[in-house]
Amino acid sequence: MTQEQNNIGLTQQLDRADSRVRHDEGLTGALRAFYDQVRSGDLGMLPVFVGLFLISIVFSVLNPVFLAPNNLVNLLFDAAAVGLISLGVVCVLLLGEIDLSIGSMSGLASAMTGVLWVNAGIALPFTIAAVLVTGMLVGLVYGFLRNRFEMPSFVATLAGLLTLLGMQLYILGPTGSINLPFTSPLVRFGQILIMPAWLSYMLAVLPGAMIIFGGIRTGQKRRAANLSASGLSVTLTKALVLSVALVFAVYYLEKGRGVPWMFGAFTLLVVVLNYALTRTKWGRSMFAVGGNAEAARRSGINVKAIRLSAFMICSSLAALGGVFAAARLASASQQAGTGDVNLNAIAAAVIGGTSLFGGRGSAWSALLGVLVIMAISNGLTLLNLSSSLRYMITGAVLAIAVVVDSLARRSRASHGRA
Amino acid sequence: MATGAQIPEKGDVLLRLQGIGKQFGAVTALDDIEMEVRAGEVVALVGDNGAGKSTLVKVLAGVHQPSSGVIEYLGNQVTLDTPGKALEMGIATVFQDLALCENLDVVANLFLGHEISPWRMDEVQMEVRAWTLLQELAARIPSVREPIASLSGGQRQTVAIARSLLLDPNIIMLDEPTAALGVAQTAEVLNLIERVRDRGHGVILISHNMEDVRAVADRIVVLRLGRNNGVFTADATHEELVAAITGASENSVSRRAARKLEAMGDQL
Repeated sequence: MTQEQNNIGLTQQLDRADSRVRHDEGLTGALRAFYDQVRSGDLGMLPVFVGLFLISIVFSVLNPVFLAPNNLVNLLFDAAAVGLISLGVVCVLLLGEIDLSIGSMSGLASAMTGVLWVNAGIALPFTIAAVLVTGMLVGLVYGFLRNRFEMPSFVATLAGLLTLLGMQLYILGPTGSINLPFTSPLVRFGQILIMPAWLSYMLAVLPGAMIIFGGIRTGQKRRAANLSASGLSVTLTKALVLSVALVFAVYYLEKGRGVPWMFGAFTLLVVVLNYALTRTKWGRSMFAVGGNAEAARRSGINVKAIRLSAFMICSSLAALGGVFAAARLASASQQAGTGDVNLNAIAAAVIGGTSLFGGRGSAWSALLGVLVIMAISNGLTLLNLSSSLRYMITGAVLAIAVVVDSLARRSRASHGRA
Repeated sequence: MATGAQIPEKGDVLLRLQGIGKQFGAVTALDDIEMEVRAGEVVALVGDNGAGKSTLVKVLAGVHQPSSGVIEYLGNQVTLDTPGKALEMGIATVFQDLALCENLDVVANLFLGHEISPWRMDEVQMEVRAWTLLQELAARIPSVREPIASLSGGQRQTVAIARSLLLDPNIIMLDEPTAALGVAQTAEVLNLIERVRDRGHGVILISHNMEDVRAVADRIVVLRLGRNNGVFTADATHEELVAAITGASENSVSRRAARKLEAMGDQL
């Protein structure tokens, strides 16, 4: 009764005027909306959680070490480098472009780290700066080729793959491999350094706190503007589920060595890119160009600049990933960045939910996808399988991920979603 | 916002084209076009396929540069060398293919390229302005947080028109806004055009459909083979328009009209 009186007393909210739309209120409403969304093909992060669940069951049955805390800590150390590369790939995939040279770029970056820092004795910050500038220049060239000559990025970056690989071999010279000093801060960062436990726990509850804080503030702002706002129950549940999961993860990792700083650095970059993609004009433009480049151009968006920025971010992150990989392996070799690095990074982005067709995806897909890819790779290594089998299995997983992406896309189209 | 210091009154001349010509290689798409658009009036641009309507629209939208002639905007001679410049000056265009991003929601599409506070987008304010604008146009969009892909053709047209109004342009050009729409949706878009005119904008309406044109246009400019072929008022007959468009008074439409007249004469 009071509820009804309240409703009559309120003026109608701006976004509740149309009676044809079902409005999902409260927890059950949120769940129902999620169910509808998944059914229509908007899978979001769902395949990742299903995948991770299946992978953990299969591998822990085959080898109990897989789920041991210290193995998971190792997994996180391994994930950071490929994850960074994958984060860059998300940017180019959002535009419907591709960069096939990320592996070579990371290889060149790790070779540069060895040559400039160890052999030439240049201070580490300057070396990393030089590596990042090289990455930006490479991205600039790809963007220029795409914008000026309309060269498909597939071809341009394929040419880049060979060129960069050649440069990597050239600067490494006849020795072929440079060892990084084990006591140096870079290698310690790549192999040993762990966040203090209190910091890990604090960071684990931070996202939940921010969801509650942000949810309440947005709710106030929306109600003040006469718009509907989602109820507190949904926000609280989200925050609670996330916090419990993260705190448990940290607790489990702390039973081993703890959370690596390297993974923390990677996550920080994911958060930064996620903010840029979802909350800034630049991010909105990225999605617009990926969805309909002509429409974006007519809206006054500088499509060429957006493309340039995406290629530059992708190559720079690949270069930084190369530095991380060198730190992890404590060496810069001819093998760095070759083999499956390229496809692992692209597969991670796609598995995480970034579409190969442009216009859909998120920075988080790099983090979640790389966990799946690294879990598979780690599990297969624990089973002592040869790299031939590992390649075949990773290839099959990539194929499945792309098939899921295509099917989901078709389903979205038939359900009237983009 | 687009006009700066001058705010045009109803009836002021917003745009005047003089001797506009456009060549594509050996082909003359436009030749010596004259046209005028005033605030608060709907000017229809009609013509057969290949008459040069779309070329003229693209010239005004800054997509193509005219080969010759003068464009006067608010009394000053201007060059429209990019789409961005035309928009900035206050000439908005709704192209036939609408140019919406299907993967983005209505709010994102409305504000595309003009987001409020670019470094920390104000979604709440954008949503409020979106609803206010749509309500002003009495437009029926179920939810502004749905991606464009889930909207009907008429709703998409509405979003496209609303988007062009967001920057408060002086002139809005609509290229075949009703071509793909059903009866009810066409009526809705025509209503929308009248409300846009009543807000004091100048409207240029390109259409194949004579009924639609005569329903809302204040003046009708006919193009034929890239040249002006007459300016009519809304009370021009269908036959007059068809004759001007096809360049002949002798065709099936005029014959049938003549037969009807004869028959009526016989009855009397």
